[in-house]
Amino acid sequence: MTPKFKAQAGTFESSDIMILIEPLEKDSGRKVDISSTVMLQFEADIKATINKVLDTLQVKDLHLIAKDKGALTQTIEARVETAVKRSLGIQEGTM
Amino acid sequence: MLYIPGNNPAMIQQAGVYGCDAVLLDLEDAVALNQKDAARILVRNMLKTVNFYDTEVCVRVNNFHTPFGLTDLEEIVPLQPDNIRFPKTETVADVKEFMKEVRRIEKEHGIKNPSMTIHVMIETAKGVANVYDIATADPRIDAITIGGQDLTADMGIIKTPDGVGIDYARKRIVMAGKANDLDVLDTIFADVNDDEGLREETEYIKKIGFAGKALINPRQVDVVHEVFNPTENEVRKAYRVYSEYIKNKKAGIGVFAIDGKMVDAPVVQRAITVLEFAKIDLKEIEKNAG
Repeated sequence: MTPKFKAQAGTFESSDIMILIEPLEKDSGRKVDISSTVMLQFEADIKATINKVLDTLQVKDLHLIAKDKGALTQTIEARVETAVKRSLGIQEGTM
Repeated sequence: MLYIPGNNPAMIQQAGVYGCDAVLLDLEDAVALNQKDAARILVRNMLKTVNFYDTEVCVRVNNFHTPFGLTDLEEIVPLQPDNIRFPKTETVADVKEFMKEVRRIEKEHGIKNPSMTIHVMIETAKGVANVYDIATADPRIDAITIGGQDLTADMGIIKTPDGVGIDYARKRIVMAGKANDLDVLDTIFADVNDDEGLREETEYIKKIGFAGKALINPRQVDVVHEVFNPTENEVRKAYRVYSEYIKNKKAGIGVFAIDGKMVDAPVVQRAITVLEFAKIDLKEIEKNAG
């Protein structure tokens, strides 16, 4: 599946992560940019979690920007899933 | 029972350490309309992974008649939290319709012996009027709770600190619960800076029969526990009453006296309630009294 809309999910609060998704041209692949308060320790884990959700939901051709404030894995998974579903138009949300 | 907004990961992941007896993960009024989807997914993930220790976990879904209610059930019921709270329950038909969907989802997920119980929330004048029938509408209902904010709005009155506007509703709901052996839980106390007001209200609702109170801030937990927890003297007295009751029962005596005061079945029942609140093992007392 390919995102249809710009979408976001999450907040900038502590223990949360803000996920923004922008659709890209067909066959552009996946671009993930991460910034985090725990970047040095957990960048690889955050990226792996994001990619796992995107793989499970089978979405491609998107630019995902993540701004993390120490979210746990299950929170990252929830926010990515929400943003993806919003970008696919499956459910309503902000943006 | 501490209310936690369903879209707040920091509070949900710490829910088990606040020291309250139960937490309510809220998908309803504490979540903005445009964040219902985000909260539902977050609560679902948290239920799967967070350790709530021995804190009971309840999820308040959106009312069945909103666009969110059924989707909430589809995500939450398979995870079988300790309880699901059904808000704005007004009629027996509401409960039947709700439970039909709950049972359908459980069946679809192969849940043969569901452990999850139902809390019905009475928040309208119509719900108050029908509360006796609602209390018996399904055997999985194990608690009734009153929603003071919505009820006063529905009645067109202002919720005052003395609670006079919802006093009849409180007492009617307590009676419906007691008549059917259900727990009855009181509404929130909205002013988190007024500990004395919270204490007074909690003392009042304890006197009229509520088993607990809804909280909106972890700092309210201690005040409510102080009111509901029996004092050391109350526990000692209850221990003595129950111990003497066991001894007299063995001797075939039903009514006896302690310090010149008659002890009969209702006094013993109150002593048992105190001991249960204090988490004292009745069997241990029975063994010692023998």
